[in-house]
Amino acid sequence: MLQGIVAWLEKRTGVETGVKLFLYEDIPASSGWKQVFGSVAMFCFLIQVVTGILLSLNYAPTPGDAHSSLRYILTELTGGRLLRGLHHWGASMMIVVVVLHMLQVFLWGAYKKPREATWMMGVVLLLLTLGFGLTGYLLPWDNRAYWGTVVTTQITAKAPIAGPYLLHLMGSDDGQIGVQTFARFYSAHVLLLPPLTMILMALHIYLVRRHGVAPEPNETAPPKKFYPGQVFKDTVAVFVMFSILFALAVAVRVPLGKIADPTDTTYIPRPEWYFLFLFQILKFFEGPMEIVGSMVLPGIAVGLLMTTPFIDRGAAVRIRQRTFAIGLVLIAGLGWAALTAAAVRSTPNREAWETFTPEEVAAIGNFRQAQCWRCHGTTPGDNKGGPNLADIAVREDRDWLVAHFRQNGANSGLRDLQWRQLANFMRNRLDDESVSSLQEAPQAVVRGAQLFMARNCGICHSINGTVARNGPPLNGVAKRRDRAWMEGHFLDPQRFSPGTAMPPYKFTSDEMGNMLAYMETLRH
Amino acid sequence: MDEKETPQKDRRGFLAGAIFGMMGAIGAAIGVPALGYLLMPAKARRKEVWIEAADLANLTVNQPEQVVFQRERRDGWKFVTERAAALVVRTGEQQVVAFSPVCTHLGCAVSWSENEKHFLCPCHTSAFSTDGRVLTGPAPRPLDRFDVKIAEGKVLLGEIKQSAEG
Repeated sequence: MLQGIVAWLEKRTGVETGVKLFLYEDIPASSGWKQVFGSVAMFCFLIQVVTGILLSLNYAPTPGDAHSSLRYILTELTGGRLLRGLHHWGASMMIVVVVLHMLQVFLWGAYKKPREATWMMGVVLLLLTLGFGLTGYLLPWDNRAYWGTVVTTQITAKAPIAGPYLLHLMGSDDGQIGVQTFARFYSAHVLLLPPLTMILMALHIYLVRRHGVAPEPNETAPPKKFYPGQVFKDTVAVFVMFSILFALAVAVRVPLGKIADPTDTTYIPRPEWYFLFLFQILKFFEGPMEIVGSMVLPGIAVGLLMTTPFIDRGAAVRIRQRTFAIGLVLIAGLGWAALTAAAVRSTPNREAWETFTPEEVAAIGNFRQAQCWRCHGTTPGDNKGGPNLADIAVREDRDWLVAHFRQNGANSGLRDLQWRQLANFMRNRLDDESVSSLQEAPQAVVRGAQLFMARNCGICHSINGTVARNGPPLNGVAKRRDRAWMEGHFLDPQRFSPGTAMPPYKFTSDEMGNMLAYMETLRH
Repeated sequence: MDEKETPQKDRRGFLAGAIFGMMGAIGAAIGVPALGYLLMPAKARRKEVWIEAADLANLTVNQPEQVVFQRERRDGWKFVTERAAALVVRTGEQQVVAFSPVCTHLGCAVSWSENEKHFLCPCHTSAFSTDGRVLTGPAPRPLDRFDVKIAEGKVLLGEIKQSAEG
């Protein structure tokens, strides 16, 4: 039956001959595990295509809807989180695999004559892969996406002569990122880059076939067939890669942050890990020299990669003789690692709750005081009687929430004002990145913020962007003043700042401890 | 082709099986979640909502009325507020039925015909009686009904329940 169908198809399309031609290709006897990376890279791309198409079925590519549609995918659709995890980590995986593929080709000198064009196409494919990462980064439209892309467009804008044109091309004439930039990044991500990548991949593979897999020098052993030995090795490598990817997608949750907020000055943008080294290089070049870090050095690097086959014309391909190449790879690897490590170390590690307003920190205290955690989990998988706050999007309005709190937290001693604080928190703050604050913010700090709210300190003092009058803003107070000064100032303001309008506050020692704990978190 | 069982052939068979096995496992690891993603309903919790649609006092027994009201409907990741209509028939002192004005044939809007004393679909001339039954035409089943509640003289409409076939 099956044979009949195959024979029918073969007669009309030649498909069987084609597949056999592909599978029974001769490859050098020396080829083996080191040649698996090309197949793995192609498979990575395939996974991105499949998961990308699936995501696009429930994703609205406009700034108005992108965030809420992605949240819908994550919180309401079966398997949505897994598919997004696969797509997100798949991007990183693809970079890793592509780089491994290039390293192998480089170390074994497989780019040498007549395989120069294959190598150059590979370099273009690497750039396309990075282009996917850059354009895809904006699409969740959360703060991370927005501010990361602001930096990208600003770097581009500084290109000599072409800068303004490139900025215009990215739909960001005024330096703002809005509907146009979004549309263009999305279009590039799903309409422009995928077919380009597919065409180049096809040509790249065609050239690999045309020239054959690079043999060892002076190889005399008769060639073997691609199938089944090498296909098996490729498949094992693909399987290992996919297992790691799947484990990452399940175990490491990719947060969807707060919706992009162009006015949020507290957000510190960081690029994806594979761009961190560039980000770090930028710090070494200031003012007019910046272009060296943003354009010249990366340009030289890409140029060198492109022309590698013409720079290195030596005949040596035996891996033992390629000490210079090995040294180069080691130096580049060390440099990359050092830059990335420096970038990670210099990233101010601010907890989510450190950027909250006092009302929001106080709301965490209210959440704990009312023991909401008895019914609501706050970490993935911690499911209790009520909905797990780490897995849902709060859609109920404020009145509903306040009524719900009043009904279920009647014995907590909290009043309507505090329920409203908590309702505001749930409506405005709760997201994948901040939900952990409900557990992690230190208890003394949240008690301090509750006290801050109860004593109306916020009328005169602003924290993290709140509006206040008269008093000095408290951001950075922990850097300006020490604990003893602050304690003395609470008890007798006139002694420390003569003429101040601030009245003395006779806190109990517990209250003072909490208040000072809160003040000491205000370092930025 | 050599049909004999040889170690060489065993090895080929093993490798082919392993290749298909691993590819199958990967396919399942993406395919199963993908099916759930595409076919399972969204997890949104349903809230019971009753919408005030008419005053009971304004309805005459056995005189169908089309009422228009605002309702909030879930549309994927959005909630849209939209105008919706119901065909309301008072059947007794405290009894009201409400039909969805959507023809059960192909979804055209059904309206009350005062001349013929039944609900008429303009598309393929299906006709429904005041209790929703199909009188003539291609409609496969009676008009769908809203859940109806009467409270303090108001007619409240709930969810639409699909009518049974036939």
